[in-house]
Formats: sequence, structure tokens, C-alpha cells
Amino acid sequence: MGKTLENQSTVRGFIDRFGMPRLIIAAFVVLLFVMAPIVGADLTMQIGNVINRFSWNAILVLAMVPMIQSGCSLNFGIPLGILSGLLGGTLSIQLGFTGVTSFFMAILLATPFAVLVGGGYGWLLNKIKGGEMMIATYVGLASIAFMCMMWLLLPYTSPTMVWGLSGKGLRTTISLEGFYDKALANFLPIPIDPENGLYFPTGSILFFAILALGIWAFFRTKTGTAMTAVGSNPLFARAAGINVNRMRLLSVIMSTWLGAVGILVYQQGFGFMQLYMAPNNMTLPTVSAILIGGAAVNKASIPNVIIGTILFQSIVTLTPTVVTAMIHMDISEVVRMIVSNGMILYALTRVMKGEGSR
Amino acid sequence: MKNNQRAKFNLGRLLQDNIVPVMFIVICIICFPMSGYSPTYLLNELVTRMGRNTFLVLSLLIPVMAGLGMNFAMTLGAMAGQIGLILVSDWQIWGIPGIILAMIISIPISILFGIFCGNLLNKAKGREMITSYIIAFFMNGVYQLIVLFMMGPIIPIIHDTLKLPRGYGIRNTVSLLNMRQHLDNLLAINVAGIKIPVLTFLIIGVLCLVIVWFRRTKLGQDMRAVAQDMEVARNAGINVDRTRIIAIVMSTVLAGFGMIIYLQNLGNFPTYSAHTQIGTFSIAALLVGGASVEKASISNAFLGVFLFHLMFIMAPAAGTAVTGDSMIGEYFRTFVSYGVITVALIMYEARKRRTRSATSHLLALAQQEEEARAK
Amino acid sequence: MENNNAPLLEMRNIKKDFFGNQVLTDINLTLQAGEVLGLVGENGAGKSTLMKILFGMDVIRETGGYEGEVLIDGQEVKFSDPFDALAAGIGMVHQEFSLIPGFTAAENILLNREPTKKGIVSEAFGPRLNTLDYKEIQERSAKAIDKMGVKISGDMVISDMPVGHKQFTEIARELSKENLKLLILDEPTAVLTEKEAEALLQSIRNMAAQGISVIFITHRLQEILSVCDKVVIMRDGYVVKDSPASELDVPEITRWMVGRNVESAHAAEARELPDARTILSIRKLWVDMPGEIVRNVDLDIKEGEILGIGGLAGQGKLGIPNGIMGLYEAGGTVEFDGKPIPLNNPRACLSASLAFVSEDRRGVGLLLDESLEWNVAFSAMQIQNKFLRNFGLFKWRDDGAIRAVTNKYIDELKIKCTGSRQKAKELSGGNQQKVCLAKAFALEPRFLFVAEPTRGIDVGAKALVLEALKRFNREFGVTVVVISSELEELRQTCDRIAIVSGGKIAGILPASESSEAFGTLMVSQVV
Repeated sequence: MGKTLENQSTVRGFIDRFGMPRLIIAAFVVLLFVMAPIVGADLTMQIGNVINRFSWNAILVLAMVPMIQSGCSLNFGIPLGILSGLLGGTLSIQLGFTGVTSFFMAILLATPFAVLVGGGYGWLLNKIKGGEMMIATYVGLASIAFMCMMWLLLPYTSPTMVWGLSGKGLRTTISLEGFYDKALANFLPIPIDPENGLYFPTGSILFFAILALGIWAFFRTKTGTAMTAVGSNPLFARAAGINVNRMRLLSVIMSTWLGAVGILVYQQGFGFMQLYMAPNNMTLPTVSAILIGGAAVNKASIPNVIIGTILFQSIVTLTPTVVTAMIHMDISEVVRMIVSNGMILYALTRVMKGEGSR
Repeated sequence: MKNNQRAKFNLGRLLQDNIVPVMFIVICIICFPMSGYSPTYLLNELVTRMGRNTFLVLSLLIPVMAGLGMNFAMTLGAMAGQIGLILVSDWQIWGIPGIILAMIISIPISILFGIFCGNLLNKAKGREMITSYIIAFFMNGVYQLIVLFMMGPIIPIIHDTLKLPRGYGIRNTVSLLNMRQHLDNLLAINVAGIKIPVLTFLIIGVLCLVIVWFRRTKLGQDMRAVAQDMEVARNAGINVDRTRIIAIVMSTVLAGFGMIIYLQNLGNFPTYSAHTQIGTFSIAALLVGGASVEKASISNAFLGVFLFHLMFIMAPAAGTAVTGDSMIGEYFRTFVSYGVITVALIMYEARKRRTRSATSHLLALAQQEEEARAK
Repeated sequence: MENNNAPLLEMRNIKKDFFGNQVLTDINLTLQAGEVLGLVGENGAGKSTLMKILFGMDVIRETGGYEGEVLIDGQEVKFSDPFDALAAGIGMVHQEFSLIPGFTAAENILLNREPTKKGIVSEAFGPRLNTLDYKEIQERSAKAIDKMGVKISGDMVISDMPVGHKQFTEIARELSKENLKLLILDEPTAVLTEKEAEALLQSIRNMAAQGISVIFITHRLQEILSVCDKVVIMRDGYVVKDSPASELDVPEITRWMVGRNVESAHAAEARELPDARTILSIRKLWVDMPGEIVRNVDLDIKEGEILGIGGLAGQGKLGIPNGIMGLYEAGGTVEFDGKPIPLNNPRACLSASLAFVSEDRRGVGLLLDESLEWNVAFSAMQIQNKFLRNFGLFKWRDDGAIRAVTNKYIDELKIKCTGSRQKAKELSGGNQQKVCLAKAFALEPRFLFVAEPTRGIDVGAKALVLEALKRFNREFGVTVVVISSELEELRQTCDRIAIVSGGKIAGILPASESSEAFGTLMVSQVV
């Protein structure tokens, strides 16, 4: 009797710790993988797709980590990083770089924008502590709209990027062929299903691993420890002599830069650069991916990034084939919307730790 | 000396607090000559748009009054309104009866959505706005599930003109040709070439009266109390959570009506995207009228719709005139809508902090003074 | 008054413990209609707990209820929440204002009890859609304000009011309840100016004349004597004196409040350090900390001593360390070891080898979501670059060294935990306090502020914490300043005790001085 009670409470504890929605999502993904061969989908190809999509998205999700850790909440302002990345990418092409060089030049050129924009954004977030998420969302949206005007007005001339007829204004979608399309993925690719053009993107995964390792290492340094403490309890950190605002600012710059790199990596995998309102579509999926991976609003880790991205991309990749085959309706888009936004809602409606003391 | 300083401080404060409407007036003044529109044309357009949008904007007032901030989840009401319209057009009940029936159908759906939303917001106190923003996205998924998959197999849809060729789900556009502007045209009058939809304005007027009356009710008073201090209100025996849910439900129901009025003016609607931007635009309009996250009045709503839509009409033309590209103006107005909300949110948070730091500053001063006196 | 008339309120043999910690023992108390009862005692004497029982506050029920009986008009009552108490005619004005800032006085007075008018809509949708009857609100609130005999406009908005008016509004709200028989006022004059306080006392007399009984809690003893019919003095959870006010004077009340048996006061270990030089000198310190007053504090602390700072709540004893350590805005000059310490700069203080154990353990003292290792080592790592390994550009955390130091303190302070990696939030209050001490010890400071080291922890842990502080002082020669509301604890631990009253140092006495002397200082300048 006592034994069962104890068991019950450990089960309850496990569910509490992990969160019901996360368990449901994980179970759903497992179910998808089990059902895939049954409904006749090619499992190898599916897994290959998931790995590829993981390699596109993982760094964007990683960009959530510094800001969450320093207590700046979920980075709904990731479009700022993405826009910096887009500026870097377009400039790199405009300046005539090609191939793999253009990728690294893009990162290099994006860096000053990311640092500047991140700095301004961090300064703003320090002014409005406690209201970060809502303001970040709208700062992101406003910047996207602002850059929409800029894409039309900035004097880009590269014929691959501007509209053919008028000769000015950037196109909505720019093919990266000849530039940094698969710049990383084509480094030591391992064939999975070469007939369908499916390779294991060794270079991309390696690149993510290096950045993830860097972030992991950073959070073991003195500064990284201070940043985590700021996110965990800002009052404690202040009493211990930490400059809370500076730590938050640093984390925002890091997140913004990672966002810039993240979108460039995404583009090299995807093969296209999408401008105008497209960055808007990255925010919510990225936020929900890290939450699905087990992050809280003020605590996130590299495993959260990896697990979250895999689970989220599995849903994105597998639902169209599996669920459609099962019920003969393509409700994948709806499932994705409900799952990802539901996850964010769940995180928002949880009681936040240390909230009372702030 | 001191008085002088305070006066200056207040003037600065006054400007700062009303920066958004002032900015908009400036934008409109600059845009007007560049757009090249005639005043009659502008006025005509404006009257139409005010009739179309004001009801929606007014639906935002009650949550602000209850301290829930801008209700980004007003799109839930818009979805309910659209479901009502889809059903009514399937049953081919047109004209005014169709509009009224659509409203009646939207009520229970809105209430259901509102209760769901209100409960979630009660779990996310202090983060209501971002939560309502995400709820709008979440419920968009649910809406698609209902309209795209359940309409046909589960919810009977009779007419094929409404259904997608595959046999279930609603087409991308729902035509409301047979009720287009029926509300606006009934009792409409023409003054100097400007068509005034009297009935629509009458309905808006009635809503304004209802809001004024509502503020004077016990429930309205409770909402104002809850908005200012939930703890005190709870200690006084007010059921805080329930009061907040009622505020959201009311807003959702009104937004449903507002959406139906809005869509009957347009005459057709894109099934899956009509509601997505309505929250942003309505909120931006209200804020342009000088409202803030914690205070919004009927006059804010009217002034806001007026200024916001004046900008909306003129921006593309003005943009084309300046840059030769019509898209610039389109993006400009999107930028401005988002920008206005951003500025309003920043001012709201900054003001919260300013009041806090101001009190501590005053305290320090008082202590110094006392210290000086003690010496 | 006739003898067979039951008293308005009678409390019989009230007992209450919080998790085995006895806070009230055999409290007996009677109050007749129209009587004013003054309730006095040190902080922690049990006054507020007793009032919470009377008012049916949730916290009492949540912690296991109470023993004994409460009788109103001779009938036993059991309140399950404050609304029951309100219904029985008891009103309470708490120390913190409970008012809606944007509402007028009248609206606040009748909050959620507004007179309304029915309409067609409310007939259909229920009474919450009744419209408010503003005229009636005005009239009823004016009547309530009149009962106090003061003049306040019902139209005035709370946020524009001086504090005194807010206090009167609170009281008027209770008076506006038709059935009010007993009003509890918890330190109502604490925030008032002298003139406002006088007006309040007058209004208490007015209320009593109208047959309303009042229980009046205050630290201003003069007020008690001028307005109360009888005085009940509490100490350590007992009623130690219950007598008519006319038979008491201020010194006598003070004696009863703090007086203890001579044998229990063993300040045997107090040392005199006549040759010690001044290590920390504070001049003209003011601190802006909510709920605390610190003004013009001058204080010299000798090297190697343990100095206690005592005083009643809100009089400024907590503000002093919080201000010096830069946690709240402060001004004035502080010199440590002859060098000035910049204020409002926590890092500079810590670098100068000062350390602080905050009274707000969970808010400021700990990283609740992190391991004990982090909690213990964090400050030392950040300030002194301890527990780091240097890799040229980067300084890495040395988890091995951190674990070692944490385990050392776990042993030394007998911290009960599953290991050094357990999260701080999972420990009990006493063990959390020990972690806070370990954090300060790990900094190896020359000077240590400890605020309320024993608040909310059990007896065993209390002794351990105080012992650890003493040992730290004796073995390493660290100067320690202990701030505590419990005078007895200070007398056991400290060499000298400074008493703060009204934001200033009212006096410094050797720990061996009598309790009465300290008590007199405590109430000397109370504002």
C-alpha cells in the first residue's frame, strides 16, 4: 500500500518535473516513428529528413539559450538576429563573394550588425525588465516591417538578388546556388539515400556542435556562471556584486549573434534566402522548440536545444506523411500550429520561479 | 524656481504621454499633400472605414478596464463571427436577417472561446498580453481544424460553392455578396457626395452608450477595482478571477459582432486570414488614439480609428509619390502599426518603472530635508 | 454595566503553535462593549498571531488551527475566513493599506458593498449589472467618516491623499459596516504625523463613545495610556499583565514588555574591548528601504567585537546593513579600516572584505534553483576569483574546488542535505540559513553583517547558527554585527548592543545591561 503510494508520487513527481504537454509530445513523436513504416513511409528517408532539418534549425534554437539563462525570458525578438544575418548574407553576395567563402563572409559581415542591434535591443530590455516578452515580440515585428522598406530602398545591385525588371529592390526569395547553398552540408557528407539526394550533413552538424560546445563552455566560465545566477535570482546576483544589466546586455548580444548565424546556417541548408515578412515565421517555432526540449522561461541548456529541435522537427517532417496516410487528411499544418503554440502557452501559464521576489 | 521646474516637467510629461497621437497627426499632415487625394475622397473613405472598424476597436475597451491590457485574443471573437457568417451563408439566409443570425450564432462560440481564454489569462497574471497574443495563434490552429477539416464531415455544409473541391473544408474565400453593406445601406444618407452609413453608426452609438452605462454598474466598478489591485479587491470579497473572465468574454462577444459588421462591409472574406491581422490593427488604432495599456476611453477609440485609417489610406499613395514604389507605402503602414504598439508597450513598462523610482527618489529627498532640519 | 451581561469579546485559554513552536499559551482576554483595549508587546510576543486568530485569517487554519475558545456576546464562534469575522461584526485595519489607489475615498469605503439601483438589464442578468447609486455612496461614506469626527472629502482620490487620510479611509471602511462591534487597529499611528495621530486618538474616543469596542495595537505607549481603558501586555506568547490603564505608566509597561527573569539573562560571555580600535565608522547614514527608516545614523564598530543591533520592527535596524552593503539607496559616509567605502556599490563593499547575510533569505540570500555548491561558492568566485582555473583568456569554474569547500561547510555547520549538489530550495529554513552563512564564510571576510540570523528557524538550528557566528568571531578575529529583533538572542551572543529607535541609534549598552534599559531605549524615539 505504502509502496504504491510512493510509486504514485514518484510518477506524479516525474510528470510535474517534465510537464504533461512535453510527455504527450514525446509520446506523439514516438507514435509517429512507430506508425511511419506501418503506413508505408520510408523510415530511413524520414529520419534523414529529420536530421537535415535539425541541422538547419538547431542554431536558431541555440540562440534562445543565453537570453533565457540571463533571465531575459523567451527571445521573441529573435527576428533582430535574423535580420542581422540577412544583412550579412545579402552584403556578402553583393560584394561578390561566392561558394563557401560567401558563407563565412556573411557571418563576418553580419557580426557588427548583430552586436550593434543586440546592444540596442539589450539596452531597451534593461529599461523594461519584467515586460520583455511582449515588447520583444513587437520590436521584432516592427523591425521586420522596417527592413521590408529597406530591402526595397537599399542600393543593392547584384543581379542575382534584385528584381529583374526594375533592376532595384531585393526579391522575396533569392536562390543561393553558387553562393553558400550547402556550404556546410557538403563538407564530408555521408550518403543516406543518395538517389533522393539525401545525405547526412556532417559539416552542418559539426558546425552546430562547435557552437554548442562554445556555449556550454561559456556557461562554465566565471562570466557564464554570473549570467546564470542573474537569470536564477537577480537580487542574489546584485548582492554578490554582479552588474545585472551588463550580464543581460551581454546575453542579448550573444543571442542576437547566434540568431544571425542561425539564419545563415538555415539558408545554406534550405538553399534559399527569404526576405521581407519571412523572418516572422521563424519566431514561434523556435521558441516552442526549446520549450518542448524541456527549457523553462528562465532555464535552458544544450540538451534542451537538441531534444527540442529533434522533437519539433520530427513533428514537422513526419505528420504530413504519417497522419495524412492514416486519416487521409493533411492536418499537419494545424497540428504544428496547435502543438507549438500550445507549448508556449503551457510555459506561460506555469508559475514562474522567483517571480514574487522580483 | 521649484514651481517652474514642476510646470516644465508636467509639459514634458504631457507631451510624452501623448506622443503617439501627436506623432500620427504629424505623419498625416506630411502624407496628405504627398498622397494627392482630394478631401472629399478622403472623407468618403474615412467614413466608410470608421463605420467598418470602430465597433471592433471598441470591443477592446472592457479588458483594458479590467486591467488585462490589450486583448490580443480579440481575434477569437473574430473567428467566432466568421464561423457564424460561414454557417449563415451556407443556409443562404441573406441580408439583415443573415447578419443578425450570424451574430446570434457567434455568441455561444465567443462565450466558449472567451471562457477558455480568460481561464488561461488567470493562470498567467502579469503576462496577460503575451499570453493573449499566443492564444490568438493557438486558436488560429483550432479555427483551421474546425473550418478546414470539421466543416463538411462533422458540421454539415450543404452547398458545394462553399466547400473545397475535395469535399470537405471551406474554400479560401467566402462570398458575402448577398449581404454586402446591407447594414450600411439601410438608412444611409448622402451628404455632399459622402455616403454616411447611419445605421452602422447608430449601432456603434448604442455600443458606446452601453459601455458608458456598464462603467456605472457594480460589475464595471468591480472590474476597475480588480484592474488596480487584485489583492485588495479579493480582500473586499470580489471574485477576481471570475470578474476577469467576464471581461474577456464580453470583449470576445463584442469582437465577434464587430467582425460581422466589418465583413458585411467588405462583402467577402479570406476564410483563413481575415482574422489574423485584425487584432494588431484594432489595437494599433486604439493606441494611436492616445490610449495606453491601462487606460482607454471611447474617445481614444474614435480618434484612433480616424487617425490610423487616415494614415492607412494615404500611406501607399504617399509612398508611391516619394519612392515610385507602391509597396513602400504598404510596408510603411505595417511598420507604423507595429511601431505604434511597440512604443505604447515601452511607454507602459517605462512608466511603471518611473513611478517606482520616483517614489524612492522623493523618499530620499524627504529624508535629506529632515536631516538638514535636524542639523 | 450589569454583571449578568456577557462581555462583547472573550478569549479563553487560546493556544497556538506553528509546527511545534509554541507562540501563544493560555491567553485569556475580555473586552466590554465600548471599551478600548491597548495591546502591547515586543515584536514576536504574539500580538499579531492573536489578532489573526480573532479575525479568522487563512494562515491560522493552514497551520493547524488553534486551541481554546473565542466568544462573541457569550456565543462561541469559529471563523473559517475573515469574511465570517466581518459578518460577526469584527473589523480589522491592517498595517499595510488595503485601498484601491485610483478610487475615491467614498468608493474605497464601500468597496464591494456599494449601494445599487436595479434596472431592466440587471433583472435579466443578475445583480452585478445593477447601476451604482453614487449619491447613496457619498452619503453612507460621509456618515462613516463622521463617526470618526474628522473631515475628509469622499471625492478625494486615494493616490492624492496624505498617509493620514488613507488611514482614516481604512477605518471609515470598517465603520461603514452597519454591524461593526469591534475594531482592531494594528499599529495605525505608525505612519502618521503627530497631529494626525492625535486626530486618530480622538476618533478612537468618539467610536468608543458610540459603543464600538476597539483593540489598539501600538508601540507608542503614551498613546495607549491616553486612549485605552485597559492594557494587556504580552511577552513570549503569554499575557503577563492585564490591568486598567489608569494603574500603569510608561516605565512600568516597558518593564512588563521586556522584563525577564534575571537568571535567564546570561550575558556571561560579553567581553569588554577597551583597547580595540574602530574598524567601521558610520556617519550621517540615511537609507531608502521600504518599510524601514534610517536617518542620520552615527555608529562606530570596534575591531574584533560582536555588536548587536536591536530595536522594534521598522525602526531602521535592517536598513543599516542593507544600505551600507549597497542593496538599497543610501547616503552619508562609511569608513572601513580608515578607507571610505563607496555606497550603493555592492561589489566595492565585498571587495573591501565586508560580507552580509541578508534577512531576506529566499529573496536575496539564495539561488533557490541552484545547487548548494553554487550558493556557497558564487560570491567568493565572482569577487575574489576563487575556485577558478585560469586558461589564459578564460577563467573556468573549478567544480572540484567548489565541491570541496561546500562539503567543508556542510560538515562544519552540520547542514542537513543529501549532498552538495542538492538544490537550495529543497532545504529547510534552518539549513538554508546555514548555507547563507557558509556563503559569507567562504568569502573569508574581515567584517560580517548578519541580519535576522534566526528568523523562522527552529530552536536547534538557532543555537547552531549563533554558535557558528561566535566561533567565526573568536577563531578568525572577524568583526561581526548581528541584527536581530530578539533582544535575548543578542544578549547571549554580543558584546555590546546598539538599540535603534526612530531611524537613529538611541544608545549603545553592554550586553550585560538589564532588559529594562534596552526596553526603554527601544521605545524612546519611536515614530
